Formats: sequence, structure tokens, C-alpha cells
Amino acid sequence: MSRVQTSDTAIKGPRIGESALRPDGIPKVKGEFVFSNDLRHPDMLWGGTLRSPHPAARIVSINVTSALKMTGVHAVITSEDLDGMPLYGLEHPDQPVLADGLVRYQGEPVAIVAADHPENVRLALEAIDVEYELIEPLSDPNLAQEAEAIHPDGNLFREIDLTHGNSQEEGEIIVEGTYEVGMQDQAPLGTESGMAIPSEDGGIDLFVSTQWLHADRDQVAACLNLPIEKVRLTLAGVGGAFGAREDISLHIHLCLLAMKTGKPIKMSYSRTESFHGHVHRHPAQMWYRHHAKSDGTLTRIEARLLLDGGAYASTSSAVLANATCFAAGPYRVPSVEIYGAVVRTNNPPCGAMRGFGCVQVCFAHEAQMDKLAIELGMDPVELRLKNALKPGDQIITGQTITGTAPVAEVIETCAQHPISVGSATQQMELPGGAGRTADPKNVVRGEAIAVGFKNLMFSEGFDDFSTASCQLLDGVATITCACAEVGQGFVTLAQQIVREILGVEEVILAPASTANVGSAGSTSASRQTWMSGGAVKSVCEQVRIRVLSRIAESHDLDVESLVIVDGGIASLSSDFSISLKEATAEPIEVEDTYRHLPTHPLNENGQGDAHVSFAFSAHRAVVDVDQELGLVKVVELITSQDVGRVLNPLQLQGQLEGGAAQGLGLAVLEEVNVVDGRILNPSFTDYLLPTSLDMPPLEIAALIEQPEPNAPFGAKGVGEPPAISSTAAIASAVRNATGLDLQRVPIRPADIVFPERSENG
Amino acid sequence: MTSEIYTLTVNGNDCQVIDGHPSESLLWVLRERLELSGSKNACEEGECGSCTVLLDGEIVCSCLVLAASAVGREITTIEGLGSGKEISDVQKAFVEAGAVQCGFCTPGLLVTIDQLLNTNPDPDELVVREAISGNLCRCTGYGRILEAVRIASNNRTAQNEEEKSK
Repeated sequence: MSRVQTSDTAIKGPRIGESALRPDGIPKVKGEFVFSNDLRHPDMLWGGTLRSPHPAARIVSINVTSALKMTGVHAVITSEDLDGMPLYGLEHPDQPVLADGLVRYQGEPVAIVAADHPENVRLALEAIDVEYELIEPLSDPNLAQEAEAIHPDGNLFREIDLTHGNSQEEGEIIVEGTYEVGMQDQAPLGTESGMAIPSEDGGIDLFVSTQWLHADRDQVAACLNLPIEKVRLTLAGVGGAFGAREDISLHIHLCLLAMKTGKPIKMSYSRTESFHGHVHRHPAQMWYRHHAKSDGTLTRIEARLLLDGGAYASTSSAVLANATCFAAGPYRVPSVEIYGAVVRTNNPPCGAMRGFGCVQVCFAHEAQMDKLAIELGMDPVELRLKNALKPGDQIITGQTITGTAPVAEVIETCAQHPISVGSATQQMELPGGAGRTADPKNVVRGEAIAVGFKNLMFSEGFDDFSTASCQLLDGVATITCACAEVGQGFVTLAQQIVREILGVEEVILAPASTANVGSAGSTSASRQTWMSGGAVKSVCEQVRIRVLSRIAESHDLDVESLVIVDGGIASLSSDFSISLKEATAEPIEVEDTYRHLPTHPLNENGQGDAHVSFAFSAHRAVVDVDQELGLVKVVELITSQDVGRVLNPLQLQGQLEGGAAQGLGLAVLEEVNVVDGRILNPSFTDYLLPTSLDMPPLEIAALIEQPEPNAPFGAKGVGEPPAISSTAAIASAVRNATGLDLQRVPIRPADIVFPERSENG
Repeated sequence: MTSEIYTLTVNGNDCQVIDGHPSESLLWVLRERLELSGSKNACEEGECGSCTVLLDGEIVCSCLVLAASAVGREITTIEGLGSGKEISDVQKAFVEAGAVQCGFCTPGLLVTIDQLLNTNPDPDELVVREAISGNLCRCTGYGRILEAVRIASNNRTAQNEEEKSK
């Protein structure tokens, strides 16, 4: 690739590093963009799902006779009707397509219905008679490992015993704490929806919002008992994802109903159904003991982590690996002993959400660092700087950081950035806002910093790749890649990459579909800029070489003298030039698969080079707290992030702001309240998302641009870090304001007003 | 049970609703019967604002309005913003300020903001935050949305002053 030159290329349209605008921006502002629940077909039926109202029960009988006889009803399917693989799962198939004799969580699908109108679907679902024999739900994750197995695979998804360094190490100063993180919901605004259309070859076309078309395709095909080439998944417009769409939800159900009725089926979950119909962020209980020398040098960390995986495996195993590997935070720690476990319960299944295991432990390790700073009488920023990881250091898995690690830089720039917010001048600006409930004399202000980090891409030896093709015809580039655009802006970036390398103005992005191209992997783990960006970059570079070679050969020119400039090819050594349109009257097409450097499994001590790259961020929060009512107003957020290289400043800013808002939600607002296996608040009335009045301005103190070796363009993924250190910073600022311990997020009003009564406050 | 045929006035056009059910919400009828799917359905209980439309110039959550009760009233949806093929200044500002990510909340926000700027062309930030607080966005953290409103509002103010000085 050394011959590829890009600096000489005059580009029409924004290139790498510029704030290119989204190609789907105009249709989205016009309301013309087709989301997965906007799909319609003249012949379609509506599908619906009957879900268990109980978290644990035996199904004694299911009677569908009256439902089948109802007006407009075309099909009712239960587990008896399945002839493919009855189980599915992203990492490990353990989740029934439809409950077979047993339900293990509230909301588990029991039967599915197709009818001509959603109202008839609803009536038919009501008419299905299911007799349940209730079982006492296993709802306390602390009891899971001793309790009777609630699934043939047992109640333990995974445990990791991580031991690093000399276990005899003791610190002069020791601080201990127990922390808890509640269950967060991704709450993408678009609920699960899609359409399945039976095809003439006996196969199926599924149009669905997802994060990973090919992983879905493989699971759907197995459950339908169809060869994978007869199952074609195409990305339908995605209304946000954040992890909620990495697992199968309605995909198989849609296809089953379409195959059974021979008609297109549309399904769209209600918000309440969506809360029951996708995995959540794992609730966590964490015990920590930090040891340090009296000068603040960390000597040892001990921790026990317990994650509640809920009823089915999903990605629990990988979430636990992250929680464990990153449990110490971005600090040098010579001696570490951590036991992490993720268990099965009758609670809602948990899986991927932005930050993936690192969010929970960041809250805990940063609370510990604050505690240690107090114990040492040391400035919390100084303590963090003293222990900050740097390139060449080992993380607690024994892996040496070979790439960039500007931890001190993110801490320093974030800590030094001036706070711009003044005191509240209007009642509206105080906690409680328009409710005008706060008495200013009860309002206290606090400020704190937190730091976090996370792996980029998939870890532990996973064969992680993305495939893309580029065709250049008549001077127009067409990129085909199955990367799921979920709102993050890969579509923008892909065009920037093509323009950068091929100098073409017009870049067409073919639909993301399993029918067109191989897997791009998941839109998760902050990986698509690196992985699918890498795949697009690679195919464009190869097309560039091919087109230059073709022209050199046909015109007897030295290929080294040719450059792409102004939409054409010119020779630096003669006055030869040809337009790209003319040069590619015969198409040039290249397909390639990009892989990151291999990673390795963790050994029995949780040691190994399991990760490819790390990204770091710091947040500083300023909060006002009404101590009388326990209401928190986050008045300013400041951040610095390790980004490798900025590829699109505008989209980057959007990721930083959006991620911080989700972190704010977890800190003070958002929790799926589960009692005895039941979700108490499955609606936007009762599950509180941050509004425009909750989210303060985000000041970006610094974007640390140290190009990451081996990363395409030197850029690191940026999506997840903003959601990791923000929660910890806000929680810490509330502690700083109130002087309370507050060992649990989200921080609820009662935790502040009645700290002695709250469970963990 | 289907209702009698009734007529809704949407974006200036009279649209007949045939075979409607009396219990159908305005959002449902717009999306599924009139095929105007720009109005979105993220909660269908009046919390998220994705379904925001104008009813006689006032913003409402169309999921909470019975379609049949909107007979004889002027309904404006996202499809009615801008003039013809041209997008409005607020729509343009949304694209340019990076206020659009997944775009699911975008139509509802645009209707809300359009109405805000038509009644208050130069709102301060707290007024804007209050005005859009009924529209949830899960992607952006609102920063670029507020920036888009600032851009559109500044452009309108500059334009008004230009017209005055003529």
C-alpha cells in the first residue's frame, strides 16, 4: 500500500477530518426516512406476541382454539409448531424461541399471532388460554449459585478468578466499599420492529432494525431450519440501538408467522413490550478493597463482582470479562485479586449496553479512588495522575499497552478546564426546575472528576472482521458493506473515506444486507469506525491501485507518476490526464475482509493479551443538590477523551454529548425497577430518560489526538467512553456536595434525604 | 366496528378516512391509514413527543388525540413543514448542526421547534430547553439540537432586521 498517496488528492466534498454531513440527514428531517416500523406492504398481516405475566412458572396447558377462530386471525404459533432449532442466543443458544413448558422471566414469549389488524391481534392474544403453575422466582442473584438450577445449563453463566502480581502485597492505607448499579435500559426511541416476506424459493426476506445482520441471519436460519442462503436480512431504518439490538427479539417470530401464513408480516413492539422484549444493562453488586502507600501509589486491589444476567445468557459472558478486566480502572496496580461472576436468575435477561461491563466497575473504582484520596488527604486529581496508566504499562490482565494511552492527558485537561456555569439566577435553574420546589438555602453545589477506560472491538480471541466491497464505475463509487447504521454516522464516515482515497464526489452506499456481502460484525464495542472503516479504506486503496495501474498500462505511463486529482487521473511527469468517469467506463470492483490484530483468551488466572486497543476518557461534573427533596441538577459536564484522530468533529461531538446524557441518566434518573422478577416501570412515564432540562451543556476540554498504531487513520472508536466516566463523575459530585456515601446509582431522592434508611446509601 | 367515512385536513389537504375504527388515535390514522409515517411512535402515551403535530397551530401528541376528534381542524405534520420540495430553515439547521443521529425523534422536535420559533423568534436557551423538554432524544444529549435552534433563530432575527432596515 506504500504507493498510495492521498495528500495530493483534491477532493470535492468533505474528506477525513472534516464535519461531513449525514447523507440521510435530509430524508430524516423531512420525515421521509423509512424506519423499520414504517414498512408496509399491501398484503401484509400484523404479528403480535403473547408474553408470560410471571417471572417463573410451569406451563400446564396452552389452548389456542378460540383465538384461531377469531375474525381476522390467520395463524397462532406455539412451541409445539416449531421444527427448527428451538433455542437461540448470540453467544450460546439457551433461549427458547417460544417457551416450552417453562417460563423463566416476566415477558418471555409464549405464543405468536398473525391477524389483519393490530386490534384483532390484541384480541386473539387475549383469547389464548394459558394455564400456569407458579414457581417461586429466583430473583436474588446472591442466591443463584446455591439455588436449584432454573435452566439445564445451570445458574452460572461465567466466573473469572483474576490474579495478578504478588498476592502478599499489602498497603499502608486501605479503603473498602460496597457498590451497586441498577438495571439500565437502552431505550432507543424506535422500538423493535420489522417485516418478514416469504419468498418464492421457499426462503424468507427479513427487513429489520438490528446491530448485526449476519449474526441474526445465522440464528434465524437455524431456528427456521433453512439454509442460510435462503434467509436474507436487510437493514431497515434503525431508531437507535445502544446494545438493545445486538440480540434477537422479534426476528424469528416474524419469519415463523410469514412462513406459516405465506404473507408479509409486520410487527412493532409497544414501549412496554420493548422493555420486556430486549436485554438490559446488567445490575451489579461490587465489593472493593484498595491498598496504597502513604504517598498514594496503588499497591493492590481486591474485588468481588456479581452481575445479574437474568434468565438467559445473551452476552453475559463477555460483559463479565470486561467488568473484570477493567475493574481497577485506568491505573497501574501491581497486585490484583478479583472474583467476578455473572449468574442466571428469573429477572429480565441482561446483555449489551453502551459501555458493556465497564460502566458498572467505573462507578465503583472511581468511588474507591475518591475514598482513598480522602483517606490520604490527597487531591483526587493528583492521586489519579500518580497512578495513571501510560504506554508500556501492564493492565491487570498482564497485557502490556502497546498502543496509545493518554490517561494523564485526559485527566489533566479535564481537571484544568475552567467551569463556566455560575450560580443559578432563576428558580427554574435549581433542582426541581419548573416545579419551583427548591428553597435556595437547601441547595448545595459539588464537583468531581472521574476517569474510565474500555477495550475497543471484540476481545478474547474472537475472530473479529468486517467485509466491504467497492465498485468504481463511470466515476461513481458504490460501497457495499453490511455495517448496521443505527444513528452513529457510519454512512457519513464511509463516504468521507471513499472521497479521501478515490477523490470521487459521488459515493453510493448499497443497502446493508446479508444478500449482498459478508458480515461487517456488530455495530457495538465502539468497533465500526475501526473495523468497517478499515474494510472500506482497504477496498478503496485497492481500487485506487487498480485504476491507476489500468491507466498506466493502457497509456504506457509510469504508475508512480499518476495521481487522482479533481475527479480525474493526471500524470506528474507529462500533461496526460483522463477523467475518472472515462477511466472507469469498465468497472473496477474489489471486495476484502478486514481483521484487527488477533487477541487471545484469558487464562485460568484471568491473564492474557485479550484486547486489541483501549480508549480512555475523563468527565468532570458540577451538580446542585436540593438536600431537602433529594433532587439533583447536573449543571455542567466537562470531558476529555482519547480519540486517536478526529475523523468528523461534528459527529464526534454528537457521540460525546449523547453518551454523557446516557451516563447522566444512570447516575440520577434511570432504573428498570425489578421486584420479585417483575418490572414495575416498563414505560416512559415511569422510566425516566434525561430531557433537555436534565442535560447540561457538555464542555469538551480536549480531544487527545495521538494516532493509534494499526488503527485505520489512527482513529479510536469513540462511542462508549462518554457513557462510562460520566456516571461516575456525577455520582462523585453528588457525594462531594452532600458529604454522603452514596454507594449506589442511580442516586434516588430518598438516598439523599433519608440516607440512613436507603438500602446502600 | 368501523366508523363512517370522515375527513381530516392534513397539511392543507382533505384526506378521507375510510374503514376507520372510532378508537383510532390521530397518530395511528396518520401513519397507517393516510400513510404519513413521518410522525413517530416511541411511547404512545404522550411522554416522548415523537408524534408531535400541530392541531390548529398548537402542538399536541397525536398519540393522545382521537383521530375522529380532529375533524374540521387544521393538522400540520412533519410532511407539511417547509414549502414544497424546499426544507425549512429549522430543518436545514438540524442537518447542518448535527442535530440528527438516528432521526427517530427528529420529526416531533422539528414540529415543536417550528411552532416555538413562529411564536417566539428569539427565545433564550432556557425557553428552548423548556419548549423541547417534552421531546425525548436518546442519541444526541440535546447539545446539537439546541445549537440548531440557535442557528435558525439567529438567521430569522438577522433576516427580520434586514427586512426592517429596507
